[in-house]
Amino acid sequence: MTRTSPARIALYVISALVLVYLILPVLIIAPISFSSARFLTFPPPSFSLRWYQQYFANPAWMQATRVTLTVALFTVLIATPCGVAAAYAISQSKLRIMQVIHMALLLPLVVPVIITAVGIFFVYAKVGLVATMPGLVLANVMLGLPYVVISVLAGLQSFDPAQEMVARSLGMNRLRSFFAVTLPQIKSSVVAGGIFAFISAMDETIVALFISGGQYQPLTKRMFTALRDEIDPTIAAISTLMTAASFMLVLLASTRQRKSG
Amino acid sequence: MTVSDPSQRHQRREHGLMLALVSPALLVILLLIVLPVGWLAWQSIYHDGFTLENYRRVFTEDIYWRSFALTFEISLAVTVIALLLGYPVAYLANSVPKGWSILILSLVVLPFWTSVLVRAYAWLALLQRTGVINQLLRYLDVISEPLALVHNTFGTVVATVHILLPFMVLPLYATMQKIPGDLMQAGASLGASPSLTFFRVFLPLSLPGVLAGCTMVFVLCLGFYITPELLGGGRTVMVSMLVSRNVELYNQFGAASAVAVVLLLSVFAIFFVVSRFISLDRVLGQK
Repeated sequence: MTRTSPARIALYVISALVLVYLILPVLIIAPISFSSARFLTFPPPSFSLRWYQQYFANPAWMQATRVTLTVALFTVLIATPCGVAAAYAISQSKLRIMQVIHMALLLPLVVPVIITAVGIFFVYAKVGLVATMPGLVLANVMLGLPYVVISVLAGLQSFDPAQEMVARSLGMNRLRSFFAVTLPQIKSSVVAGGIFAFISAMDETIVALFISGGQYQPLTKRMFTALRDEIDPTIAAISTLMTAASFMLVLLASTRQRKSG
Repeated sequence: MTVSDPSQRHQRREHGLMLALVSPALLVILLLIVLPVGWLAWQSIYHDGFTLENYRRVFTEDIYWRSFALTFEISLAVTVIALLLGYPVAYLANSVPKGWSILILSLVVLPFWTSVLVRAYAWLALLQRTGVINQLLRYLDVISEPLALVHNTFGTVVATVHILLPFMVLPLYATMQKIPGDLMQAGASLGASPSLTFFRVFLPLSLPGVLAGCTMVFVLCLGFYITPELLGGGRTVMVSMLVSRNVELYNQFGAASAVAVVLLLSVFAIFFVVSRFISLDRVLGQK
């Protein structure tokens, strides 16, 4: 196959177009958010920070931002240790039931979120967790767990459990040997899993639509409601900030993962 | 088999420890997904006594039928388009030097880490009547009246393919990586044309990746909610919207539950059929 064959050129052109299609919507938000125009005009008439000002000056948006960050933080703090413990047990134990448990922990990726959301709404309605912070955090822990489990299991695959055995035979107890020998070697995949759980909680919309309310509404729920009514460029400003935050976190996760292989 | 046998006691303790370690995560899953879904299933058949009324409605009333049919049609269209767009990209990423393939894959995964909501907003900004694309086309004198690109099925499909494309490209690329390059060279050295080696050797070997990617895209699309809700303009009522409307607008909890159960069973049935051909790890492991 020579590089100049027509099939090869067609391959380049099609792939380039598909990549533009993938990237364009991600890139289009930023110029809109810095435009002074009330309505979308292309190209933007002049540079302005008014939509960012409007976002930071609005108490409702600020409250929603606090809710989102709090939920994401608590989600990571709970989902990460639970996920690490589960991944460790799944990789080390020879119990047959672990296979089933492993599949069960991946359920949140398989069950359509709309179904999970409605189901959680009914259960929460019975126990009084609708429109509460703990309710929101718990749901996001469940949705974030698979990311931690998958990431840590991948990290544990390249770890030799014999090393931990050695530490134990030298007199360390199980817990200490885990923290001294195992954890440092899988640290990067733990951090990556935690970061993915954070992003998942930050972006989560569907469950929040059903179970959040009152003062405990995350950003995504307010954005969704605002988008239904009209296209307010304030949302472009928020979207730009959210996207920047996600990309920085992913970059952090991937550099950490590369560092320790 | 006495309890005092030290190795057995040790093993029992080991098992106990492992189960204890896995239990917090398992508890979260049981309480927050198994119980809620079980609740839906129960609610769909029980309302002051057992009843199949909800399922009768889902299977006989027009509005439900149409919505299920539309959802399957859209999912099929999205899957086919994603395959046609994703295959060349995965193929290119597989056949260029490593630096380039990392760049291509990064560009594929980049939108994946942008909120679905943000991307729905971006597509609204691009496709609406006064949006970027319509303004550009009018500026270039291609059209005189703005095209209806969004608030319809077209807009829904464009945005849904955009969101699901990474789920197609990644398994395709992973499968292509495992196809030995020698095979293609062997084909060429035996005198086969590049297109013949592609269709006879490469394409068949990449089929497991095609199946994995198509399954994930199709199944995820079946349950899509935000994109059709925001870009469908109220006309594209997918099954997920039927569920939410029955809960939020009409208080028809039983009907909503029955729709959810049918949707979930469809998803599980697809996974079950696919698992006969390829390992499910292949489908799920690509996040």
